[in-house]
Amino acid sequence: MIQCNGITKSYTDKKVLSGISFDIPDGQIFGLLGPSGAGKTTLIKILTGQLTFDEGSAMILQKNVKHLSGSDRKKIGIMMDQFGVYERLSCYDNLKVFADIYSVPKSRIMETLKLVGLEDSARKPASSLSKGMLVRLQLARVFMISPDVIFLDEPTTGLDPMTQKQIHRIILDKKKHGCTIFLTTHNMEEAAKLCDTVALLNEGVIVDSGAPDEICRRFNHQKKIVLHLKSGDDVELPHSKESAEKISKLLEEESVEAIHSSEPTLETVFLELTGRKLEEDN
Amino acid sequence: MNNIFVVFKKQIKDTFTNKSVLLQVILYPVMTLIMENLIRTEGIPDHFYTKMFSAMYVGMTPLISMASIIAEEKEKNTLRVLMMSNVKPWQYLTGIGLYVWMIFMIGAGMMSITLNPANIPFYLLVMGLGAIVSIAAGACVGINGKNQMSATSQGTVIMLLLSFLPMLGMFNDGFAKAARFVYTQHVRELLDEMSFSALKLDGAIIVAVNALLAVTLFIIAYRKKGLE
Ligand SMILES: Nc1ncnc2c1ncn2[C@@H]1O[C@H](COP(=O)(O)OP(=O)(O)O)[C@@H](O)[C@H]1O
Ligand SMILES: [Mg+2]
Repeated sequence: MIQCNGITKSYTDKKVLSGISFDIPDGQIFGLLGPSGAGKTTLIKILTGQLTFDEGSAMILQKNVKHLSGSDRKKIGIMMDQFGVYERLSCYDNLKVFADIYSVPKSRIMETLKLVGLEDSARKPASSLSKGMLVRLQLARVFMISPDVIFLDEPTTGLDPMTQKQIHRIILDKKKHGCTIFLTTHNMEEAAKLCDTVALLNEGVIVDSGAPDEICRRFNHQKKIVLHLKSGDDVELPHSKESAEKISKLLEEESVEAIHSSEPTLETVFLELTGRKLEEDN
Repeated sequence: MNNIFVVFKKQIKDTFTNKSVLLQVILYPVMTLIMENLIRTEGIPDHFYTKMFSAMYVGMTPLISMASIIAEEKEKNTLRVLMMSNVKPWQYLTGIGLYVWMIFMIGAGMMSITLNPANIPFYLLVMGLGAIVSIAAGACVGINGKNQMSATSQGTVIMLLLSFLPMLGMFNDGFAKAARFVYTQHVRELLDEMSFSALKLDGAIIVAVNALLAVTLFIIAYRKKGLE
């Protein structure tokens, strides 16, 4: 459905993406995970034909992204920061514009507003919406046209946990309907929860990719056992024979308050691979 | 075809909330009606205010409205969404142009009630044709401007030339000479005589050159900048 082969992109003085390759099968949620400035938005722009690139090739819906036709475009839904809404028009009228362009029946407008929980704000001007509601209005615009492929650029960044959950629910619902979804995020929990496959992007290079739990399993050497001692100290031990001996000794001494194991998360994997935190600006 | 109509319809919905465009369209007709009906001064030629304000209206309103609508859609990134939804730039510009022309003509219709009924069709014809040149000029400005602020300030300079030169020309010979080179002056002269016989050859050439210039500049701006 979405294929990328050695995509490379430079702005005048600086390489922003190098050798990006992946293949997203139909009906999957693919997460591009990376800190701010990694090149996520740039890649979405390339894949949706909004930006030219220097090397490589990209296909979407079996078509070269450089030659997307009008009817191809109608099967692609895009949500990104750089897309605006008509602030003075109501939520309903905002969607109406696109319902007309895409020849979507009028009844779909209210249906979609209900889906994203904006039915009570249908008549309110978009300028009166909170940030979370605005994101949901933009999602509604994408979902209303029933696209086959959906691109979501940081759909939950800066939103409260409640709204994030709602949006996750809607995204998973769209997957059930057979959509292929490409999303970017710098929230690893979100990626682990939603995505079938993730790619970790750092400074324009994919440093690892695969199913979230598979990536974490590969970094199993990161697995640690943490002992909380009665003295108040924490002891971190790797999975090893020596650790087992140490633990049983501490247990015999009855100095252990609690034991838990800490497993690698996408966050710690990313940190190990790049020396960078995913959410360093937050 | 459908997309042009969608853009047109969207803009109509925005009319009553878009204060800057609404003000542009209401200002001159209301001023004209007030001046013609309430402040009748002795010794002033018939329809003096209607003709003066009409020349300003045709040079200013379509230009500023067109420029500010396009610039706002660029600034607020709604234009990008339309383009990604497969609305072609020419469809967008035609839709907005039709809208601006239509609301301009409603205003012109209001102004025309002060005239002799026999002259109204001629008046509306001249105003309608003049507005097309202004709309092309406004599209240039809108495409060139980075945002609404810069489009409005660029537009104001051109608009001052187009609107105020003919008016100042009524009071000062130097301005009158300069005014000969803008089409709004000839629109004013046509309205003075209420007949195409007022249009001399040089006038006709200047109007044609103005129109050609507006369209050429528009094409250059469009080629260079597109709608991004
Ligand atoms: N138009 C542009 N011109 C020059 N550099 C750019 C431009 N757009 C983005 N960049 C640079 O490309 C890099 C990647 O940007 P972006 O794709 O927006 O990252 P992300 O979406 O992951 O935060 C950043 O370093 C950014 O400064
Ligand atoms: Mg980004």
